[in-house]
Amino acid sequence: MVKLPIYMDNHATTPVDPRVLDAMLPYFSEKFGNAASRNHSFGWAAEEGVDKARNAIASLIGAKSKEIIFTSGATESDNLAIKGVVEFYKEKGSHIITCVTEHKAVLDSCRALERAGKATVTYLPVDRYGMVDPDAVKAAITDKTVLITIMWANNEVGTIHPVAEIGRIAKQSGVLFHCDAVQALGKVPVDVDKAGIDLMSLTAHKLYGPKGIGAIYVRSKGPRVRLTPIIDGGGHERGMRSGTLNVTGIVGFGAACEIAAAEMAEESSKLLDLRNRLQAGLFERLDDIYLNGHPTERLPGNLNVSFAYVEGESLLMGINDIAVSSGSACTSATLEPSYVIRALGVDEELAHSSIRFGIGRFNTADEVDFVTERVTKEVRRLRDMSPLYEMAKEGIDLKTVQWKAE
Amino acid sequence: MAYSDKVLDHYNNPRNVGSFAKDAPDVGTGVVGAPECGDVMKLQLKISDAGVIEDARFKTFGCGSAIASSSYVTELVKGKRIDDALAIRNTSIVKELNLPPVKIHCSVLAEDAIKAAIADWKKRKGMTEVEVQDNQDNKEAAKG
Repeated sequence: MVKLPIYMDNHATTPVDPRVLDAMLPYFSEKFGNAASRNHSFGWAAEEGVDKARNAIASLIGAKSKEIIFTSGATESDNLAIKGVVEFYKEKGSHIITCVTEHKAVLDSCRALERAGKATVTYLPVDRYGMVDPDAVKAAITDKTVLITIMWANNEVGTIHPVAEIGRIAKQSGVLFHCDAVQALGKVPVDVDKAGIDLMSLTAHKLYGPKGIGAIYVRSKGPRVRLTPIIDGGGHERGMRSGTLNVTGIVGFGAACEIAAAEMAEESSKLLDLRNRLQAGLFERLDDIYLNGHPTERLPGNLNVSFAYVEGESLLMGINDIAVSSGSACTSATLEPSYVIRALGVDEELAHSSIRFGIGRFNTADEVDFVTERVTKEVRRLRDMSPLYEMAKEGIDLKTVQWKAE
Repeated sequence: MAYSDKVLDHYNNPRNVGSFAKDAPDVGTGVVGAPECGDVMKLQLKISDAGVIEDARFKTFGCGSAIASSSYVTELVKGKRIDDALAIRNTSIVKELNLPPVKIHCSVLAEDAIKAAIADWKKRKGMTEVEVQDNQDNKEAAKG
């Protein structure tokens, strides 16, 4: 029997792996030193832990350890990459290329620069699967372009962008390429050289590490990337990010990366099996359901589905012993449905009906089967209550109806 | 966001879900909202010639609060004269279900559904269409 509630929202965050926690614990009260204390053993022990973690993170992405700069998380990394590059390279230009389905940390950093008159930004569209077209990236480059920022994999629909192609285009044009790889790290192979990435945002809590610790990869050679820091102080992290290092978090991040390096291949194939099982189960049982995102080029643990004629929040309410998330307006503060789902050209009604399942390391086949049955039952119940389902079954084309909206 | 017990109760055990025959002469049907807004309510009222609401059915596409608002309204209007039903304000739905500010639009929609269903019944009965009273004040409140 499965244990309730079931957590299946692993794109939002993941639990800390017990092995990661074990690695962290000594650094709270025994090896509690400040990694910047260079003249006693407490500082050395902390520094040793940080160095080991830095190596593990660098090794997972094919980087050198000195290219890893620790931050508080990916939001800070995105801010530092975008604002730091634009500020440092302002003599060269001030144009940024990004895409409409990026994380808010990227989009809002770009908007902040636009508002301040420090940058102009091109927001590229995505295709119906949520993928950006590398040719569109190429076409958008001008002699003022200083940065391309495109994520590795989308957090809502799981679509994996053609990052290596974008990286090649960036290199050819002499433009820096920043990639938010938060969702990809530990799930699919990530290599900064193969993908031609100059800056990359990372975070620990999406791969079974702790919250509050992230990193930015900053290429040191070919080209050597420079940044203007957004946090000034003691000159930690090669002057790019001042502040006493979060040693416990860093050690946890490193341990999480070591586990990912050892287990990713096997784990991804398990996640893919579970995802396929969930997808097949739902599509066999229910009609009028639609996959959001790319059918194959997507994160192994991601399934995003719209259940037509059922509003997402009401579905979440009905399956309250399962933790998933919805693109429905009602689950957001803005009362707008997900901007990511809408960017795929999905009807607004279907955007309101979307549910994101995020399968992770600790989910089981039994849990997937339970979720399949539970969701099916609730979708059927809500459809019996849905005037839209009734109209559709009567053969009414909902698009031709004159709605009396407020 | 936590839901009130009453919202949960109506969501889990909705009252009077279903449909009456749309073309029945004693049935008024109101459909309000729009799919792209994430809320559509269909409220049907069976109304006697004397203008008393004898029965009610609803179907709703929307969040839990929208489902609860329409379910509650079917209970509220049963047995009421149409004039009394028309006097129901969304604020009483908000109060009963303890809806948070972000869900006030659900109650506005439920109030609109009552008005739309009664207007439809009047039309069927060949009564002069009484202009459905504009709900502007409540809508403004909902946005606030």
